[in-house]
Amino acid sequence: MSFWTRALRHKSFVAGGVLVALLVAMALLSFVWTPHPATEIDVPNKLQPPSMKHWLGTDSLGRDIVSQLIVGARASIAVGLIAVGIGIVAGVALGLLAAARRGWVEEAVMRLADFGLAFPALLTAIMLAAIYGPGLLTSIVAIGIFNIPEFARITRASANSVWSREFVLAARACGKGALRITMEHVLPNIASVLVVQATIRFAIAILAEAGLSYLGLGTQPPTPSWGRMLGEGQSMMYQAPMLAVWPGLAIVLSVLGLNLMGDGLRDLLDPKLARQR
Amino acid sequence: MFSAIIGRPHLPRGPAIALFLLRRFATFVLTLAVASVVVFAVLDVLPGNVAQVMLGESATPQAVAALEKKLGLDRPTPERYAAWIQGLFTLQPGNSHAYDTPITELVAERLVVTVPLALLAMALTVVLALAAGLYAASHHNRAGDLGVMAASQLGIAIPSFWFGILLVMLFAVKLPWFPSGGFPGWTEDEGGGLWDGLQALVLPAVALAVVQAAILARFVRSAVLEVLREDFVRTARAKGLSRRAVLWGHVLRNAMVPVVTVIGLQFAGLVTGTVVIENVFSLPGLGRLIFQAISNRDLPLVQAMVMLLAATVIVINFVVDVLYALIDPRLKMAER
Repeated sequence: MSFWTRALRHKSFVAGGVLVALLVAMALLSFVWTPHPATEIDVPNKLQPPSMKHWLGTDSLGRDIVSQLIVGARASIAVGLIAVGIGIVAGVALGLLAAARRGWVEEAVMRLADFGLAFPALLTAIMLAAIYGPGLLTSIVAIGIFNIPEFARITRASANSVWSREFVLAARACGKGALRITMEHVLPNIASVLVVQATIRFAIAILAEAGLSYLGLGTQPPTPSWGRMLGEGQSMMYQAPMLAVWPGLAIVLSVLGLNLMGDGLRDLLDPKLARQR
Repeated sequence: MFSAIIGRPHLPRGPAIALFLLRRFATFVLTLAVASVVVFAVLDVLPGNVAQVMLGESATPQAVAALEKKLGLDRPTPERYAAWIQGLFTLQPGNSHAYDTPITELVAERLVVTVPLALLAMALTVVLALAAGLYAASHHNRAGDLGVMAASQLGIAIPSFWFGILLVMLFAVKLPWFPSGGFPGWTEDEGGGLWDGLQALVLPAVALAVVQAAILARFVRSAVLEVLREDFVRTARAKGLSRRAVLWGHVLRNAMVPVVTVIGLQFAGLVTGTVVIENVFSLPGLGRLIFQAISNRDLPLVQAMVMLLAATVIVINFVVDVLYALIDPRLKMAER
């Protein structure tokens, strides 16, 4: 059975895939169309309830909620993609190096990964914001750095098991060097593990971005972001409680979609791992 | 690492554990040292002129020079680092720039909110996760199990700060059962009391705990399922013990070994979780202080607090590793 046939029969993968597709579609749509300009202030029409004109109403400055939600998807995706990208590039390189070299190099990489645990994204973001001020870049760098040890750890563990396989021994007997074996044999064999991990880290990055934006360390006004919308909604909790509900729902659905897709991918790409769960 | 040492045939278990603990302690000290260098480098060396950063672009050269002198920026970097470390060890990391009060005093004031909050949240997490995980495992593949797993999948996706906002809307705005934020203090002199203080921490602790419990419940469930398959469980049942007695007497104890590690890691996560949730509920804890410090550009305070939080995480990770080694000496540490 082909991958796609199996995938379409996997309930959580399909459910997750639909949610993720919606998220991506929203972000892409925001470049060409939103019901209203997302940052357009219209104070006379502030805190409007849902209507035909404003499907989910307006916020305290009269900005259209739906438009802000659609544009807000961009920040989530951008931070997720870049932060996971940073984690993959640096973390996978370190993990592959550790597995190929073993000995003190491996020990050093692993201690570095342990060390990374002591600096959750929030702490890095706090340090960066204290010096350079808050912003989208601060949150991307902080979440990206946080991803590196995770990818290094998982890459090293998976790569080590590939290195102990017989076909790698055969490749070494043929005189292939460590770099060539890593690129030709190790990397393709751990790709599925990395894809699963990337999906899950993407979800975590979206949560982290929302948290940092909520705290004012991430995306800055007037750029819409779900985390900041929540913060603004909270201050209007008595007048318009739903303002703090919509962005939260958008975050939950996106993260849920990515997690379900990650679980599905794990079952589909790595049956051995799925059995162990 | 541990299995390698334990596996050495010439080393009896006692010395092997001692050797492991010694090595783990060495890494712990090294990690703390590196963390301190990173925090110092990022917040003291990297910005260039710290005094300029703190006072902003519009500050006069005289004001900048005065602050440079006050902060001792004219001294060489290694000397400043040594002085900072000495200050941390002697619990005198200097004064906050914005408040002009000793940092230790400011932090101590806030810890009476943050520490109880984190402990309350952790206790709630463990209770909720054990209940849900055990229930799911004992109803494996039935409706109850599926329900718990679906709820936990949803729980993992919910940001704790949003859950906090929802709790406020429901249990403080709609139903006025709890305060919507703020902290009255632990004593009557401050205008609060033990009960009032606890009441102010309930919603924030629940917001933190429900999300963490969603993650932990999955570990509890799979650990319990794993143990349920063991031979000794079958033996215990064959002996005539009831399902319930086996579950509580035999299974839970054995399943707790892996669960304890996850709890430790989650506690480290709660340290940063409280920073966020304190801002949702306007609680005057460390989380609020750190944000006030950022907006005041109070770098000495930010530096001390980031170090405190990072050190807390490092200490918790160390304690968890040591506990784990002591509880289960067969453990495979190669995967770390």
